Amino acid sequence: MDNKYIKAFKAAFPKTIPIFAGFTFLGISYGMFANSQGFNVWYSLLMSSLIFAGSVEFLTIGFLLDVFQPLTVLLMTLVVNFRHFFYGISMLEKFKETGLKKYYLIFGMCDETFSINYTAKIPEDVDQGWFLFFVTLLNQCYWVTGAVLGSLLGASMDGEFVGMEFVMTALFIVLFLESFLNEKEHFSSYLGLGVSALSLLIFGQANFLLPALLSIAGIILLREHVSQREGASR
Amino acid sequence: MTLAEQIITIGMVILGTMMTRFLPFILFPDNRPTPKIVQKIGRLLPSAILAMLVVYCYRHVDVINNPTGIFDIIAGIAVVLIHLKWRNMLLSIALGTIVYMLLIQI
Repeated sequence: MDNKYIKAFKAAFPKTIPIFAGFTFLGISYGMFANSQGFNVWYSLLMSSLIFAGSVEFLTIGFLLDVFQPLTVLLMTLVVNFRHFFYGISMLEKFKETGLKKYYLIFGMCDETFSINYTAKIPEDVDQGWFLFFVTLLNQCYWVTGAVLGSLLGASMDGEFVGMEFVMTALFIVLFLESFLNEKEHFSSYLGLGVSALSLLIFGQANFLLPALLSIAGIILLREHVSQREGASR
Repeated sequence: MTLAEQIITIGMVILGTMMTRFLPFILFPDNRPTPKIVQKIGRLLPSAILAMLVVYCYRHVDVINNPTGIFDIIAGIAVVLIHLKWRNMLLSIALGTIVYMLLIQI
């Protein structure tokens, strides 16, 4: 007799194979990057398992090398991960009857896990909650394993990875480019580039993030407010 | 940064991440509709933030006082071109990083 755990696992595993490839690569890059910046395998293990959000984990390395500014770090994390809020909204219904597993499902809802769990057509005879659980767990295992492996690999090959830090720049360029190519109007993209560059020139590299963040959010809100008033007066 | 400061910094990142993930389930327990303005910001903010992060990655580049900054720019252009050609995220990241490593190690 196939019990419901094995059945859910068997349904979940094939869906995660593409993520296995991607997370192994990015996880190894992350571990090597962290190591090259002076953070050993414990940092990689801790951050990949407790933060479990790829792009902010890369950013965290930068935060740790910077001056101590907890509030900016919190705000940065909130805006960079703002999209997760909308993942949650899309999953309100699906997570409803998953019992205690719900807390883990919410905790582990990174981009990739969300995209599988949101789109997957789960067969009728498979336990929904356990399917979602195994997808989340498997993806997290791939990511943590990759990060730890990368860190150990980086530690064993001293010095050959000069320039590894560019992996973070490359990651954000690709993410930005994808979002740019997929959007209908480029207002936010140009706004983000312009305001950040200006803020960097005015406030310098140590202090430019917070003013840039606040200005971007402020301008987007203001623009919305104005366009809504125009719409109302017409 | 001291160890305590490092722990607080990492703690802030964990707190921020978990707030974005748990908040919908706390705010909308009965599937109440999301306010319009929140939806709008959700559509507009991400590309601006990604743009800001690209600038963040280039914050230390100073071509006048440190000529190696030019490598960051060359490798960045390489990433864009490679990505426009193949549209494969992992390939663009891998090749771009290799280009940078080659430039800086030679």
